[in-house]
Amino acid sequence: MRAGSRWKCFRRRLRYWLDHSQRNRLLWEEMEFHIESMTQELAAQGMSEPNARAAAHRKFGNMTQKSEEARSTWIARWMSDLVQDLRYSFRGMRRDAGFTAFTILIAGLGIGAGSTVFSMVNALLLRPLPFRDPGRLVWISNGGNFAAQTEQYSDLRELNRSFSDLAGWSGFYIPGDRQLTGAGEPERLTSVPVTGNFFSLLGVEPAIGRSFTAEECQGKYSAPTAMLLSYSFWRRRFDSDPSVVGRKLTLNNHTVTIVGLMPASFDFASVLAPGTPVDIFIPWPLNDKTKPAGNTMKIIGRLKPGTTLQGAQAELTALGKQLNSQHPERNPVVPRLVPLDRHVSGSVSPALFVLACAVGVVMLIVCANLSNLQLARLGTRQKEMALRAALGAGRSRLLRQMLTESVALSCCGAVLGLALAMAGTRELAHLHAFNLPLLESVRIDGSALLFTLLAAVTSGVLFGLLPALQVTVRSLREGIQDASRGSSGGKRHAWVRDGLVVSELAFACILLVGAGLLIRSFLRVLDVNLGFQPERAAALRINPSFRISGFAQQNSFIDEVLRRTRSVPGILAAGITDMLPLRDDRSWAVSAVGQVYGKSHPPPEPFIRVVSDGYFEAAGIPLRLGREFTERDRASSERVVVINETLARTLWPAQNPVGQTITTDGGRKVVGVVADVRHEALEKAGGPEMYLPMRQTADYAAMQLVVRTALPPDSLAAGIRTALRPVDPNLPVREFVTFQDLVDRAVSPRRFLVLLLAGFAAFALILASLGIYAVISYSVSQRVQEIGIRIALGASATDLQSRILLRTVGLAAVGLALGMTASRVLSTALGNLLFGVTSGDPITFILMGTLLIAVAAVAGYIPAWRASRVDPMIALRSN
Amino acid sequence: MGVEKPKADLLPGTLDMLVLKILMRGHLHGYAIAQLIQQLSDDLLRVEEGSLYPALQRLELNGWIEGEWGLSANNRRARFYKLTPDGRKHLAEQSARYRQVTGAVARIMGFA
Repeated sequence: MRAGSRWKCFRRRLRYWLDHSQRNRLLWEEMEFHIESMTQELAAQGMSEPNARAAAHRKFGNMTQKSEEARSTWIARWMSDLVQDLRYSFRGMRRDAGFTAFTILIAGLGIGAGSTVFSMVNALLLRPLPFRDPGRLVWISNGGNFAAQTEQYSDLRELNRSFSDLAGWSGFYIPGDRQLTGAGEPERLTSVPVTGNFFSLLGVEPAIGRSFTAEECQGKYSAPTAMLLSYSFWRRRFDSDPSVVGRKLTLNNHTVTIVGLMPASFDFASVLAPGTPVDIFIPWPLNDKTKPAGNTMKIIGRLKPGTTLQGAQAELTALGKQLNSQHPERNPVVPRLVPLDRHVSGSVSPALFVLACAVGVVMLIVCANLSNLQLARLGTRQKEMALRAALGAGRSRLLRQMLTESVALSCCGAVLGLALAMAGTRELAHLHAFNLPLLESVRIDGSALLFTLLAAVTSGVLFGLLPALQVTVRSLREGIQDASRGSSGGKRHAWVRDGLVVSELAFACILLVGAGLLIRSFLRVLDVNLGFQPERAAALRINPSFRISGFAQQNSFIDEVLRRTRSVPGILAAGITDMLPLRDDRSWAVSAVGQVYGKSHPPPEPFIRVVSDGYFEAAGIPLRLGREFTERDRASSERVVVINETLARTLWPAQNPVGQTITTDGGRKVVGVVADVRHEALEKAGGPEMYLPMRQTADYAAMQLVVRTALPPDSLAAGIRTALRPVDPNLPVREFVTFQDLVDRAVSPRRFLVLLLAGFAAFALILASLGIYAVISYSVSQRVQEIGIRIALGASATDLQSRILLRTVGLAAVGLALGMTASRVLSTALGNLLFGVTSGDPITFILMGTLLIAVAAVAGYIPAWRASRVDPMIALRSN
Repeated sequence: MGVEKPKADLLPGTLDMLVLKILMRGHLHGYAIAQLIQQLSDDLLRVEEGSLYPALQRLELNGWIEGEWGLSANNRRARFYKLTPDGRKHLAEQSARYRQVTGAVARIMGFA
């Protein structure tokens, strides 16, 4: 048949199927007309009316069969069976609304959690990065996680043969480093300098306008002439007005033309710099001598077709060695290649793996629980099934009906789950405070829908199979007469249900232990000595909107800002820094006078901070030795430096560092030693640090006013702004951040993981306790008569209770033993996610074990208590 | 789900072909079709009359015939079928095939 007529045929079939009841009626009418005509003809031949009718029917054949046959031309048999089963299931659901609601709720919660986690895994790990042919993109770091010098980039780009091109962007752009003035409210923008070929290398075209021209890439670093807007900034600032492209804006007092707009799909921030929204892109002129020196460039490359990562790594390693020996004046470059997608999501994949496993375990518990519930209902279904079997339903037909019921239930659950997952993913995508890459692209898409469907069907089959097998085996063997008194018949049954409960408890135990270990790690992380005190400290960005032309102007600005801020009521201390802990970084190599460094003994590379007097007090960084900076450390006075304990230990082990001199930055004398500050992550020790007095240097990119307050910092932000207005009326008003925010942000991925896992564990615990409750109360209800007799014969209530409780605790203990053993093995997989606890942390294991037993005991106690109040007379009379 | 096969004790596909051929004569209802098949074959072909209806459904589904409700000779509601252009084409194909097959069978059996 031709495709067109096949399509027509399909459409007709669908139409017939949609109004099959109407069609069926008409078919019968048609056949009745036929029989009527035959009857009339036979009657005309002289047959009596009833005889004629009977003969006509005989000649016609079985009408029902024919109509079914006719119907089967437009619906296949299995489909009509399915419809029948479904209709039956829904009728059953209505009859047993409580059970249905509970099943749908539990399955919905499980599937919802599963789909949400799947969407995350999909967005962060499975879905390709939003660039052209992302599999060939490689992240080229400089020995681990550092950036490289632009000179090195240029040479690498020139000399390599493995890559079709290399591109770079500034790894040390600072949030809010450009000030937008002129039209509208002044605002600080975050700009990322990129090399001219950056977008073409990624394969991303501007949605409107164009990318940078070669000419635009030749200008001055500090005064770009062109910029590209990010989509989110365009939407926020310009209300998605396409005519802004081509307009001129004033950035840091220079005129810059908007040459293009990046598409919404290009989310630089969420891929390459999670957590810091980027507003604009500017060209990075590599020939400009005023650009920042040092390791500032992050490099990516696109592999040539046919080149392997290993091959490229080998070539670049050799190239790096060659460059290092040719240019000893430069910082060394040690290229290390990682596929870009691994670099982006590598750090989160262990956590996602744990989450995925956890959600899988939750689904298993859900299935075990529902299976158990179904089994409990079998007693009532048994008779019906036996009757069906007696009427000729085959075993596979019964099995199919039972499975249809459970899958229908789980699909209803999936609808609820999908709603939950949609809400969940929307929440996730808007968690800007979270430091996770690609989080904004988390959503329910086609593959997530498919996953949900798959999860629904699988779980439906999984939790329906065991009861279905039970019921069909039993109904064919035992027939109708059983079922009334489930006294002995329940034995095998009980065994299966006990097994289910034990596995539920074991799974719950695994989740509890996992969550427990992570919660303890989280508490340990929060307990870490940060080196500063985040409570009641906050930072406000105060880069002057005017150009500072010399030390005199700079220092009078600093004096004025600090004097005015300190006079605001409620301010305990105030200072200025260029970098905030846990957010910004830069490092220099530093050497001490009189020490020799070489290849085998490289100089330490401390993190550099430029701070004013009062900063240590405001941030709460304790002084260990010597003195802090004062107002008198100025351009004209002796050049001084403050270092942290680690740097002091590294440079001058077992000596007094105060009074020593370093050679870096024109030579500086150490006047004080302060405590180590953790500024990369809470989990990571600080490393060496060095503080330069702000009044003695101009080598900093930002000014952050840090205050320590007596009141909650938020309430003082407005006061500080008012106080500073006379100094610089154009100070921007956003960008107020408390130190607590910085800490929260740094721990956000961990908190996220802990919250989700704790949620899963709690859900699992509830399900397991419901499971044990259901099993115990079922066994009690089955044995009401026996209990009645026992009570009548003088068994005491406590006796009975302890008997039932013992059984409960017995089940729980078996589950616990299995779960603990599995946990001990599996918890090692948590690896790096643990902090300050071992994977076999006895306290966690003991606490979680106790919790599980206690909850199980409570769940078992309720039916036990009810059993002990059974009235023997009523119990014996019933049934 | 392709074209459904008839389950009559005729050669497969024959009933469909016969119905289509009969409908070349004009609009007819099921009973008339059954009557005509019987008469034209001199009562030789005995179709279980009920089997006609699955066949009619199948033909209609394939778009070879179209049914519509009308009134019979004795003023009762009946469903009349007519051949569609597609049906005409199908009938031509079927009869050509049938002629080939029966010819071949006849040659083997030595009838021809």
